[in-house]
Amino acid sequence: MSEIFGIPTQALFGQLLIGLINGSFYALLSLGLAVIFGMLNIINFAHGAQYMMGAFCAYFLLSKLGLGYWWALLLAPVIVGATGIVIERLMLARLYQLDHLYGLLLTFGLALVIQGLFRNEFGSSGLPYNIPKGLEGGRNLGFMFLPNYRAWVVVASLVVCLATWFVIEKTRLGAYLRAATENPALVQAFGINVPRMITLTYGFGVGLAALAGVMAAPIYQVNPLMGADLIIVVFAVVVIGGMGSIMGSIVTGFALGVIEGLTKVFYPEASNTVIFIIMAIVLLVRPQGLFGQR
Amino acid sequence: MANAQSAMVGTRAARADLRPQWIAFGLMLAFFLVAPATGLYAVFLMKVMCFALFACAFNLLIGYGGLLSFGHAMFFGLASYASAHAAKVWGVTPELAILAGTAAATFLGVLVGLLAIRRQGIYFAMITLALAQMIYFFCVQAPFTGGEDGIQAVPRGRLFGLIDLSNVWAMYATVMVVFFGGFLLIFRVIHSPFGQVLKAIRENEQRAISLGYDTDRYKLLAFVLSAGLSGLAGATKALVFQLASLTDVHWTMSGEVVLMTLVGGLGTVFGPVVGAFVIVAMANYLAQLGAWVTVVQGAIFVICVLTFRRGIIGELGHWLRKPL
Repeated sequence: MSEIFGIPTQALFGQLLIGLINGSFYALLSLGLAVIFGMLNIINFAHGAQYMMGAFCAYFLLSKLGLGYWWALLLAPVIVGATGIVIERLMLARLYQLDHLYGLLLTFGLALVIQGLFRNEFGSSGLPYNIPKGLEGGRNLGFMFLPNYRAWVVVASLVVCLATWFVIEKTRLGAYLRAATENPALVQAFGINVPRMITLTYGFGVGLAALAGVMAAPIYQVNPLMGADLIIVVFAVVVIGGMGSIMGSIVTGFALGVIEGLTKVFYPEASNTVIFIIMAIVLLVRPQGLFGQR
Repeated sequence: MANAQSAMVGTRAARADLRPQWIAFGLMLAFFLVAPATGLYAVFLMKVMCFALFACAFNLLIGYGGLLSFGHAMFFGLASYASAHAAKVWGVTPELAILAGTAAATFLGVLVGLLAIRRQGIYFAMITLALAQMIYFFCVQAPFTGGEDGIQAVPRGRLFGLIDLSNVWAMYATVMVVFFGGFLLIFRVIHSPFGQVLKAIRENEQRAISLGYDTDRYKLLAFVLSAGLSGLAGATKALVFQLASLTDVHWTMSGEVVLMTLVGGLGTVFGPVVGAFVIVAMANYLAQLGAWVTVVQGAIFVICVLTFRRGIIGELGHWLRKPL
């Protein structure tokens, strides 16, 4: 067995892959947070809970309706996104005139309610969700064993992230979005329905979280608290990247996942905290975040 | 902007306004003196006082500095561990244990404050939350915290080597002195020129800077004060319950202190105390419902933000037209 820096390559690439998988989820979630923050100016604390709802949605679709993974991938973001739209219309829409911190407090409360309800119903042990047919097994790449499903998660989330970036940065719809972020009153004066755009943006961001949840279901177990601690790490990712740039969120998400994976190989004691330590360093050197403006 | 201006002038007017607050203070003092005689459990009241001090310290930052910290459990929890460790392993007297806890929290407050005040608003909340999570992981791994078990059976010891705190009334009196001492300190800070400058920074930081105030220094000092007082609360709590555990340092604790302050009234002097009483009482009565407590707390968050933003004392003060 060959070694790099005294570490067996098998372990190194194995952790690198886990890092990439975690990075995929960081990227998808921080992207959703950034999109929501851009339009609504709130931090969606319920993002972790909505990620969990996505995973549960996939579980229900399979156990109650017999709809498999591929249907879940399509339906769960739509269903959870729809609940997001209801939340935006009924609650968040009342807060836009107030301090942004109230949005944070409201979504924190929602996260507690959602996670508490699911925990009452399903306990805190996980429910299993099988890897979909066609993506079982894996292939030997010579230097490591690559499970097919994990490769799919990395590729799929990369595609979703880049598609989102393309829509926001390169299309007409994205131009409206970016304009409304800068100056909603002016965009509204041009005859574009800004409140509806805000609602749909929130629904889309929540849908991204749910999509991440469906993809996570076969890797981690479906668990009511699966998003609770994850969201705090994603907040740190967002602080490191700064929310000014869509591409910034994607790059930071993947990079930090990989760094976390490598830390597990070289200094496992710090693997839980490495992202927070990087956040502290970034705050000292570049407080606005790596890709942030201002 | 007008608020900032009026806050920076009129100390005379402010002094005239203080009378209702002293009356409220008298009522609060009378309540905690009389309450044990009415059949309320002493341990419950001591818990209320510890959390009330914690919430007041938190409120100093959000209510007067406009900084929402979502990680105050790190100060509360670390101080609780430090004081429990000092009392149990080093065997020091309780006042020194509390002092050790407070010192640990203050020191952490300097470190975290220096990082966190570099950003404002939502970022400030996320940074404090993330750093608190880091402290949580540290407490999970560090050998002296006892991991999942926490530090149990912490001896209350003899205050100044004389008074045996295993007597519940001696402990009660000590907690009262700590709580009212901390409360009066916060009260003094709020009404001092320093407090006025803090309010000015909350209302309009650019203007405060242009008036020549080094706003970062004011914010850092407020942060360290708030951290130290949260530590005082946590250190005392560890002696009351003879226990320091991961619950004290978990993010749910940070959420709870936000909730207490929100229910009582953000930026009011007495709101956090009332909020702490309500939330601690609720947790006691709902204890048998298990995870429903979380649901109820979340629902209260949502209701408060949507319809009851002034909180109990804020509404009362609004109704009486007196700032409480």
